[in-house]
Amino acid sequence: MSISQDKYDRLDEVIAANKGQSGAVMRTLQAAQDIFGHVPKDVQIRIAEGLGTTLSDVYGVATFYSQFALEPRGEYIIGVCLGTACYVKGSKNVLERVCKELDTPVGKTSKDGLFTIRDTRCLGACGLAPVMMINDDVYGRLTPAQIPAILDKYRKA
Amino acid sequence: MELFRSTILVCGGTGCSSSGSMKLYERFEELLASNGLDKEVKLVRTGCFGLCAAGPVVIIYPEGAFYSHVKLEDIDEIVSEHLIKGRVVTRLLYKDEAKSQELKPLDEINFYQKQKRVVLRNCGVIDPENIDEYIAFDGYKALAKVLTEMTREQVQQEILASGLRGRGGAGFPTGLKWKFAMGSTGKKYVCCNADEGDPGAFMDRSVLEGDPHAVLEAMAIAGYCIGSDEGYIYVRAEYPIAVKRLEIAIAQAREYGLLGEHIFGTDFNFDIHIRLGAGAFVCGEETALMNSIEGKRGEPRPRPPFPAVKGLFQKPSILNNVETYANIAQIILKGADWFKSMGTEKSTGTKIFALGGKINNSGLVEIPMGTTLREIIYDIGGGCPNGKAFKAVQTGGPSGGCLPASMLDTPIDYDNLIAAGSMMGSGGMIVMDEDNCMVDIARFFLDFTVDESCGKCTPCRVGTRRMLDILNRICDGKGEDGDIERLEDLAQSIKASALCGLGQTAPNPVLSTIKQFRNEYEAHIYEKRCPAGVCKNLMRYVIDPEKCKGCTLCARNCPVGCISGTVKQPHTIDQSKCIKCGTCMEKCKFGAISKK
Repeated sequence: MSISQDKYDRLDEVIAANKGQSGAVMRTLQAAQDIFGHVPKDVQIRIAEGLGTTLSDVYGVATFYSQFALEPRGEYIIGVCLGTACYVKGSKNVLERVCKELDTPVGKTSKDGLFTIRDTRCLGACGLAPVMMINDDVYGRLTPAQIPAILDKYRKA
Repeated sequence: MELFRSTILVCGGTGCSSSGSMKLYERFEELLASNGLDKEVKLVRTGCFGLCAAGPVVIIYPEGAFYSHVKLEDIDEIVSEHLIKGRVVTRLLYKDEAKSQELKPLDEINFYQKQKRVVLRNCGVIDPENIDEYIAFDGYKALAKVLTEMTREQVQQEILASGLRGRGGAGFPTGLKWKFAMGSTGKKYVCCNADEGDPGAFMDRSVLEGDPHAVLEAMAIAGYCIGSDEGYIYVRAEYPIAVKRLEIAIAQAREYGLLGEHIFGTDFNFDIHIRLGAGAFVCGEETALMNSIEGKRGEPRPRPPFPAVKGLFQKPSILNNVETYANIAQIILKGADWFKSMGTEKSTGTKIFALGGKINNSGLVEIPMGTTLREIIYDIGGGCPNGKAFKAVQTGGPSGGCLPASMLDTPIDYDNLIAAGSMMGSGGMIVMDEDNCMVDIARFFLDFTVDESCGKCTPCRVGTRRMLDILNRICDGKGEDGDIERLEDLAQSIKASALCGLGQTAPNPVLSTIKQFRNEYEAHIYEKRCPAGVCKNLMRYVIDPEKCKGCTLCARNCPVGCISGTVKQPHTIDQSKCIKCGTCMEKCKFGAISKK
């Protein structure tokens, strides 16, 4: 069995478990994103057919919430916090430096497919502002000058 | 019950976890075991202590030693010195402004002295993953009291009499909300809004992480009062620790029979489900939240019908915020009069604020309503760092406004903040100093609203976009005469016509900054100057010839080669080529380069 077949099997299980439940579309999409890393069109179609709803319904929910990604994302998701506390302490300059170093705009994935840059809402680590997360690692009290060295750690990893 | 000679509390809130407190916990665990102390010393991972700026934080009782900025390598010393030899490691103690080396009880530390922890009473005290600890602190006693001693009407009367108002921001009387839902019959729902979206507020998360049972108990009380047997908690997916602790708490409460059927042997049944948000700010609005729980796009519905009549799944529902719920059990146990003894006449009780931005002691503070901004910012928060001058404090997040230094003596309550052009909001309190540009801050909030506008109604979808266009123009140095008036005009139309609270309050950050800092707008528009040196198109980097040593470091690092000068002579920047990247200022070792 191919890996991708395995993923579709898992998706079918989730669809079966949620079918007919209240709030099924959103929970199925959340599970699908965990399985595939993003929710491409064929996954959305499968969910719509499986749950017995329309594709426009599923697509409508998938595009409404920022949590769902329709395109594949990089191995590392860089989230630069643009919550107010981080913003007033200069997180915009941190974000600009990340974009410059990776030559990639916010919301996109770097050409090598390694990093996806996101501007996130408050990460709740306001005491460490400005804050950036790379996957589950938190970097606090940042200055733009620290960015190249931090990114290098992941390039080599 | 086992007895321990010492208790170690390790903060497991998100702030401290981010700075590595879980590794500290594991190291303590290892060392206690290897030294044979695990039967004598109790190790607890607690919720947030509030003083996030000092994190990661470890407190050891009975001494009450408050260790701050603890590193992994410090744990060995704490175990060998403090726990084995009984000597407090003074080097690691939190030092407040007094800079005293002596050990102070927690409540004498400046940060805590003016606080009154009612909602946060258990946060940082109990183990949130252990229901027995909650019960030991009178947990579920209020639920037992209402189920066995009080009628539904008495519960509603008590909450109404306490004067408790919604802590999510709008300040609607909670008792009144419950009363509206009591009237109808049939299936009803109790919802909890834990979709804390205000950028810069994290008190709800701290309550969920530190004291999840307080919310469950209050929801069950609300269920009894309005006649509902089912509750939903809508929580941000970005709060994984809170979600996990809620799941544990619900499972434990079910196991103890505190959720489920025939609670305390009565006819009352109640159960709670969790639904995860997916990153949409508008879902903090009550009708949008209900749509989202139903699995749909989180767009608000027109009101009326209000949720008390037609809410979740078209059934009568109430929705309260986490912090509001966390007050309920205490009001039932201690009475409305006790609650009213705190705060002001129309805003009773306490309020939690997330203090952040340009402030020394960032973190969570809980104060009685009526405390002044000055007391919070200076006495508790320790003022602005690096000797910078205070400029403004922002409350109410994207729905609120900025208050200048002249309003520092305003006592905080719902009505005073609205009169001052801001609002309570969920309790974000961001301090700004002289280096923050108020036009840029207004633009920041508008940018947030535009991004988060759900698109359902035109005033919000198009109106906020047009306001942002004007603000962008002003910040880019292309502001025109009449822009301020155009902003004010648009703002009034949006406030009057938007469908939900998000749109109706979106113009507030712009209106309040125009009102309080009009001179900054005028400087941008008429003088093409950003007084704080933030807006890139309106500022320039200049080299002070007095301070420049001619080391050439800036010229060598400038990416566009716009700095010239000979060695050991003052350098100059060619403004026509400068891209304002700031590299030169970052590299200069003599502080000779500044923003003008």
